[in-house]
Amino acid sequence: MSDTATFKIWRGNSDGGEFESYEIGISEGMVVLDAVIQIQAETAPDLACRWNCKAGKCGSCSAEINGMPCLMCMTRLNNLPLVRPVTIEPIKTFPLIKDLITDVSWNYRVKKRIKPFKPRPPDSPDGTWRVSQEDIDRVQEFRKCIECFLCQDVCHVLRNHQLHDEFIGPRQLVYIAALEMHPLDTEDRLEELKDAYGVGYCNITKCCTNVCPEEIKITDNAIIPLKERVVDEYYDPVAKLLRRFKRRSPD
Amino acid sequence: MAEYQTFEHDVLIIGAGGAGLRAAIEASASGCSVGLVCKSLLGKAHTVMAEGGIAAALANVDDRDNWRVHFSDTMRGGQYLNNWRMAEIHAREAPERVRELEAWGAVFDRTDDGRILQRNFGGHRYPRLAHVGDRTGLELIRTLQDFGIHQGIDVHMECTVTRLLKDGSRVCGAFAYDRERGRFRVFRAKAVVMATGGVGRAFKISSNSWEYTGDGHVLAYEVGAELIDMEFIQFHPTGMVWPPSVRGILVTEGVRGEGGILLNKDRRRFMFDNIPENYRDQTADNAEEGWRYTQGDKNARRPPELLTRDHTARCIVSEIKEGRGSPHGGVYLDIAWIREKLPNAEEHIRRKLPSMYHQFKQLADIDITREPMEVGPTTHYIMGGIHVDADTQMSTVAGLFASGECASGINGANRLGGNSLSDLLVLGRRAGEYAARFAREHGHGSLDEVEVEKSARRTLAPFERNGGTQGSGENPYAIQSDLQELMQDNVGIVRNEDEMERALEQIGRLKDRNEQVVATGNREFNPGWHTALDLPNLLTVSEAITRSALERKESRGAQFREDFPEQDPEFGKVNIVVQRGSEGEMKVRRLPIPEMPDELKAIIEEIG
Repeated sequence: MSDTATFKIWRGNSDGGEFESYEIGISEGMVVLDAVIQIQAETAPDLACRWNCKAGKCGSCSAEINGMPCLMCMTRLNNLPLVRPVTIEPIKTFPLIKDLITDVSWNYRVKKRIKPFKPRPPDSPDGTWRVSQEDIDRVQEFRKCIECFLCQDVCHVLRNHQLHDEFIGPRQLVYIAALEMHPLDTEDRLEELKDAYGVGYCNITKCCTNVCPEEIKITDNAIIPLKERVVDEYYDPVAKLLRRFKRRSPD
Repeated sequence: MAEYQTFEHDVLIIGAGGAGLRAAIEASASGCSVGLVCKSLLGKAHTVMAEGGIAAALANVDDRDNWRVHFSDTMRGGQYLNNWRMAEIHAREAPERVRELEAWGAVFDRTDDGRILQRNFGGHRYPRLAHVGDRTGLELIRTLQDFGIHQGIDVHMECTVTRLLKDGSRVCGAFAYDRERGRFRVFRAKAVVMATGGVGRAFKISSNSWEYTGDGHVLAYEVGAELIDMEFIQFHPTGMVWPPSVRGILVTEGVRGEGGILLNKDRRRFMFDNIPENYRDQTADNAEEGWRYTQGDKNARRPPELLTRDHTARCIVSEIKEGRGSPHGGVYLDIAWIREKLPNAEEHIRRKLPSMYHQFKQLADIDITREPMEVGPTTHYIMGGIHVDADTQMSTVAGLFASGECASGINGANRLGGNSLSDLLVLGRRAGEYAARFAREHGHGSLDEVEVEKSARRTLAPFERNGGTQGSGENPYAIQSDLQELMQDNVGIVRNEDEMERALEQIGRLKDRNEQVVATGNREFNPGWHTALDLPNLLTVSEAITRSALERKESRGAQFREDFPEQDPEFGKVNIVVQRGSEGEMKVRRLPIPEMPDELKAIIEEIG
């Protein structure tokens, strides 16, 4: 690895901006976030970026590095071609605030609209439940999500078509999958999934799965099963018939 | 006149990690309007870095466990400087708080019969930590967050409080700025809860993020609240040491709970060499017994790697000092060795420690299922903080409450792993409950416009010095880094009077330099400006740590003084208190610990 590297970082706000170049000394094991923090400390104290844990656990430092959406804290410099400048840009799906910071508040508003967890009555008189590990393995995969919103960033429904009002995006579908597949949950969210949450917009290109730093199989394990549930409920003629029959039966 | 927007809440909670969220949920449930301020986005607080688990005597794995054993373990771990009432409340109420978390949607790992699984951890006599692999903190904060957003709490994200506002002797609000635009906000509140976390950024090697600059400690101190036990900083024994850029990142104690062992460069298991007298009866004297303990053998005693964090950190430091460290100045932490014991060890490790596997693979090119990790102590937690009442969590200032890491009392001289997550649930809930009660019993105080104006001026000062041009004045990052170096070298794991006196003198100089600190650019999301505003807190808290450490002329728990290497029974009877004097000077005094009631004494005598 060479001793210095050049970083082209997007500087600007919603009125516009440009890439600025910074050359800094680098050391073994450095990640992109180290470089950004070093640039802040040495030459650009007002360079805006978010970070917290610096260990891939909080999901704050999402950015596009050489065009690739990733966490800055988990992107090693020695995995990047340092012969040319490393470009660092903000994620694109959300409105820019400044430099590497975008307004991700939409995600928080959307989540609030989703019907919360509603457990079945406790299994035992002391108010606790009995659940097998096998039954929660699937949900635990979804609950690994660190809300970095990289999946939202690459989802073409949001990024290219800006359908934020009609589609809640992969992150929130993972959240719903965690609720729907939670062994204790009794809530029904299928109608919203079909209508307000727009699960049908996803056409399974798996871009979200490819960028997930937690390696959650978003499309296969979360979105497709949710789509199937919606189809079973609303579009399966046999099930529809059975339901009608059930409704007519005296009990 | 400065421009600002005013918000009014019955209860204002500053900090949205586990303690702040739990307090907010409780205050809101009692019918109060609640404002929750967080320095970052919601759900990103340091709580996510708590990996190992939540300590609660559920007795799901070992039916010998109960609150009395948890209480006694906590007191022993804290070398009996703990507030015994707080330790009692914590041990009694923790199981209920964990079960409640499950009712709100948390998904803990399970026992074979479907109950919440519990794991071994340092200083806990029985397997006690409810956990989710090694990402328990994330599970906890996400559960509280997802539950909390439906409770009618107003969340103010990316907002930093720089001053508490008082009406006479009580707190009546706070002055803050929003990070996004740099605009001022004034919060009016009948009660305020501090839940701002720790001070880890005062040290160079730290597991803490940029946020942990002692804000809550200093905001409370500035309005007259007492801080206690500030000398006790927990250096977590196992932080990453290589490569340099990841130095300090936490490696969960869960690795040792699952059977991980500490080795020196000769691959010798050095933790057997030095077992403290008061833990000898509880500690295995051979490797085989230690392994059996980690696998759930109730007749085995725990391996020495699961001694308390203060002791383990010191053993590692002395191993390194004596030239038996690993190549990059740490020691080895080996979990891969369990392949000798378990047929499916690699899968087991990846399953129980997924984020450790991921972290080492990605940041250090180490496969922990095959190779040992290199680890060394990292600044992790402060036992000291705002002095609060055990039952109500109210500080010595009326209307000001505190919970979580920024409050003090439950941990004494050393915190047991896993007690932090349970602390913030149990005492966070109490802080919310009693702050709401205070709010119901008191109206809004009146706002002091002069104080607001002063706060605004102070906040803008870094822009106005030297015309705010680059190159003139002091760079906030440079001062911060000098302070971190200073504290690391002089007020770290091994302390003595000379070095600490020198540190105090240097802190004074850094304070002078801080008077010249400059922010460039404008008020929109400007980290240089934010760092400049965090600096006074970091400096004050560093002074409090140093002065308290000087006052405690003994070695106990997390404080090791090479000039006073023994425990002094006289210091076992007092907490060190720091308070702001009338001239703005820092006053230090000793506060006798109230005598423990007989029924609690009996528990300690019986359980040991």
